[in-house]
Amino acid sequence: MNRIQQLFLQKKNNILSVYFTAGYPKLTDTGILIKTLAKSGVDMIEVGMPFSDPLADGPVIQHSSEIALLNGITMKLYFEQIFQVRSEVDLPLIFMGYLNMVIQFGPENFCAHCKDAGIDGVILPDMPVEIYKKEFRPIFEKYDLYPVFLITPQTSEERIKQLDAASKGFLYIVSSSSTTGIKHKIEHEQIEYFKRIQKIALKNPGIIGFGISNKDTFQQACAYAHGAIIGSAYIKILENSTDIEKDTQRFIEQILY
Amino acid sequence: MDYSVDNNGFYGDFGGAFIPEMMYPNIEELKHNYLNIINDDSFKKEFQTLLKDYVGRPSPLYFAKRLSEHYNTQIYLKREDLNHTGAHKINNTIGQILVAQRLKKTRIIAETGAGQHGVATATVCALMGLQCIVYMGDLDVQRQAPNVARMKMLGAEVVPVHCGNKTLKDATNEALRDWINNPVDTHYIIGSVVGPHPYPDMVTRFQSVISEEMKYQLKEKTGNENPDVIIACVGGGSNAAGAFYHYLDVNSVKLIGVEASGKGLDTGQSAATLVLGKPGILHGSRSIVMQNADGQITEPYSISAGLDYPGIGPIHSHLFKTGRAIFENVTDAEALKAANLLTRLEGIIPALETAHALAVLEKISFGRHEVIVINISGRGDKDMSTYLEHLNDE
Ligand SMILES: Cc1ncc(COP(=O)(O)O)c(C=O)c1O
Repeated sequence: MNRIQQLFLQKKNNILSVYFTAGYPKLTDTGILIKTLAKSGVDMIEVGMPFSDPLADGPVIQHSSEIALLNGITMKLYFEQIFQVRSEVDLPLIFMGYLNMVIQFGPENFCAHCKDAGIDGVILPDMPVEIYKKEFRPIFEKYDLYPVFLITPQTSEERIKQLDAASKGFLYIVSSSSTTGIKHKIEHEQIEYFKRIQKIALKNPGIIGFGISNKDTFQQACAYAHGAIIGSAYIKILENSTDIEKDTQRFIEQILY
Repeated sequence: MDYSVDNNGFYGDFGGAFIPEMMYPNIEELKHNYLNIINDDSFKKEFQTLLKDYVGRPSPLYFAKRLSEHYNTQIYLKREDLNHTGAHKINNTIGQILVAQRLKKTRIIAETGAGQHGVATATVCALMGLQCIVYMGDLDVQRQAPNVARMKMLGAEVVPVHCGNKTLKDATNEALRDWINNPVDTHYIIGSVVGPHPYPDMVTRFQSVISEEMKYQLKEKTGNENPDVIIACVGGGSNAAGAFYHYLDVNSVKLIGVEASGKGLDTGQSAATLVLGKPGILHGSRSIVMQNADGQITEPYSISAGLDYPGIGPIHSHLFKTGRAIFENVTDAEALKAANLLTRLEGIIPALETAHALAVLEKISFGRHEVIVINISGRGDKDMSTYLEHLNDE
């Protein structure tokens, strides 16, 4: 069974997913961070494959991507690094990146590598759902890879239903109309939007991401969805860290307890 | 062969809208409205009046006698350099500002490389009293100081972009991110035939006035509305798309696009996308893109900031693939030489971008009676410091 599906069968709320950039802060940190996050009680990990032109990302993730590429991360290394830790952790791992990398790698080759490395889901923010359905769905299905699509406060109800129908595992609820980044509180209008989504009958559980940064915002988001995703705030911790394992544990503890 | 865009925004294999969901409503709004808006009579009237009275169109088609003698052929120059603000870019910004007004947008953003598109955007924003924010790579802010000053005087906020190579590609990323963060009140005036559908088509339509005028101007001057050859430089490809547009289905007219090969195709410092690139996705559309095996976009290089771009408009990838247009490439040195020659023979200082188109005359010889139109996309005022630096090269 796909590990994302398994997770959502076992756990219905307060799901904590964490994003970080592969090959950052150091090239060889990818495996260490996956293991440390798993040990700290995180439910799911999104491992970002850096792209030179990450359109949907704000300054923090842009910066980590730039450093990781300078460190020498490649698609091949990415899959090797994940493959090497896969036997030591059993939480769902998600590939996050941009469509051009998948196309250059070859969609079928990409899916086969994900499968071999033990990746369960894929988030490609610039892959239009229409193109997915036309060109990629059969390959994703062949390798039991779950595509996760994003919705935003501007997404119409009709389109939310389309995106939900194409998504597998969960639906990514982008918390505000923005690129990725750190926000310290959730605004009233965001709550209204979360409530609006709650009322729509969705096939998938919803996970809120973008701007979730600490215990408060995590708990607030969890009140309106099955869980939440923390990215930039964690990258910021890594940016300033001299002991990434200890700081990771402490950061996750502060959110969960 | 069909060279126009299909309903999904594709020119053959190229084009489309590969955008994050956060940008979807903006692009949908534009996609659903742009054709209705630009085909509306009130729009057409306002657009044409501004092009005439404000931009100074039609731009002359000038028979370059001494240049023609030099190359022993018949050369006409389409004088986009004489437009208000000094380049073809204003044709597009006038069109888009009128679209933005009809969509009730109050905040305008743009990217710029050489600063020509930034100036053209700041100009129309001043004209219409709209807020204007221009993203410009920090390197370009430094190498195009006169245009930065013009934008500021026009009331625009110029935001230096510090990510990546700090040039046009990075400025475009930042403008797109701004649009994601401001989805309701903002219109993004993209400066070339790039970006997600409907931008390539919309910008092509606004620039198509160039070839529309060429048709009747040539008829008047030569008795035939069709030339033998049209030559234009290609960064993203907007001046070329405009110069080719009304001739796309006239197969007897040979179309030549000219890319910048920088220091040379095999030096790693080049911007000749069609030679060095392969199909991929950049800035929301599928086209030919300079990239490594992993799909990371390669940093381009050209002496000309307006051609320093690792992609190309999807329409040109399609024209290239179908063979309807041919594409040449020209080095920094060849472009500088061509700029000097035009200046000395005709008293016209071209933009560095345009100089690349002119340099093709050294590479291909044309018949004595062949009619060649070269699109003079802009004037060289902004490039004076570069020209002076290289005055004694040889
Ligand atoms: C004078 C001039 N010509 C050409 C270009 C290249 O753009 P495009 O290929 O869209 O015409 C620029 C861009 O800045 C320009 O300023």
